[in-house]
Amino acid sequence: MLTKRIIPCLDVKDGRTVKGTNFLQLRDAGDPVELAARYSDEGADELVFLDISATLEGRKTFLQMVERVAAAIQIPFTVGGGISSINDVKNALDAGADKVSVNSAAIARPSFVDEASSCVGSQSVVVAIDVKRAKNTWTVWTKAGTESTGLDALSWANEVFQRGAGELLVTSMDRDGTTAGYDIELLSTLSERISIPLVASGGAGKPEHVKDAIQLGKADAVLAASIFHYNKISISELKLFLHNNNISVRM
Amino acid sequence: MVGIIDYGAGNIRSVSNALNRLNVRHFISSDYHELDKADKLIFPGVGEARSAMEALIKSGLTDWLIQIRVPFLGICLGMQLLLERTTERNTECLGLLAGESKRFGNEQTGLKVPHMGWNQVRHDSKMPLFKCIADGENFYFVHSYYVPLTSETIGTTEYGVQFTSALKNENYYGVQFHPEKSGPTGLQLLRNFVELC
Repeated sequence: MLTKRIIPCLDVKDGRTVKGTNFLQLRDAGDPVELAARYSDEGADELVFLDISATLEGRKTFLQMVERVAAAIQIPFTVGGGISSINDVKNALDAGADKVSVNSAAIARPSFVDEASSCVGSQSVVVAIDVKRAKNTWTVWTKAGTESTGLDALSWANEVFQRGAGELLVTSMDRDGTTAGYDIELLSTLSERISIPLVASGGAGKPEHVKDAIQLGKADAVLAASIFHYNKISISELKLFLHNNNISVRM
Repeated sequence: MVGIIDYGAGNIRSVSNALNRLNVRHFISSDYHELDKADKLIFPGVGEARSAMEALIKSGLTDWLIQIRVPFLGICLGMQLLLERTTERNTECLGLLAGESKRFGNEQTGLKVPHMGWNQVRHDSKMPLFKCIADGENFYFVHSYYVPLTSETIGTTEYGVQFTSALKNENYYGVQFHPEKSGPTGLQLLRNFVELC
């Protein structure tokens, strides 16, 4: 049986791991390669690295980090943040990443998803979607969550699926960094309608949240940052908890 | 010395990194004169079958690939390409093994495609390739097409259907999962291939 994946996410700025609350207020959380190796040893199923450097210099540092990560760990990892051309996609994969995560560039030019997936294969193209609740619907936001697109999350998710995305990484901006739990309704709405894997993101604060995202939200994988970075709970403890709750995980 | 076959479609660096972790001497080449000097060959593959076959034809590797005498390990698409064909864009493959790769069906089952993540491999532990690897151990998969069960199957995995996750035909081995991305278990399998196969 395919196991549910636990994916720590590392936001990287100028070579250091940082994690903000509600997309703001950055705090330092250590060397990304060291953290990656620790998570891999603890049983992480995959990793995600998001480059939040705004400078060209920061981007170069990030690609060097990707190479160091690929040499240090033998589990799959995704990189994202500012991926906006086929060159960016190729550079990331050549440096050793398994997948790239595309966000704002897909919104600015949806055919980028088609180009990327036909060039490197759907399995390597993750589309990240940042959403905010608006009454009974969800709206897609762009540019690191600073600008509303007006797009409906469900129709956007369906569009990127049609264009060849291999996976969806859906972040609830309302929940991100709050540790109040994932937006279960958002997850189940998407998961039941889109037939590519769904990674839940935004809001993990305790093991029950992860359990709910999988059992109620029907997520195929869960992404979390702060609960792991600050040692609130270890990956192995989380997996044991899920296993004891009849969720299939890699122990 | 292990040769990694480079035809521009595969996660070459990951395989090389994994062999580095095992301190296995290896080289990467797209030239079969060079690759003929290897005593073991690894044939990685990620991506789409038709472009991969086109790349192999362009590199002049297709005839060479089906007459290899040393132990050979095809990974992911590198295993699927050994068959006669795949339904992925109706592509003719190398034809070394009978049969065709098929796409996971997602309409009737609600199955998500690609099959992505860690899944169990049931195998005959007596095979050297699986030495010191428990039956049912998890490996990392990412693929939309699968090889049905055949007489060459030595490992099986379930995702909507039972499919071939490992096969062997004489000196040719194939695995659907990515040993280079399957943590310590994957490294053990690569070590087995290098030392025992």
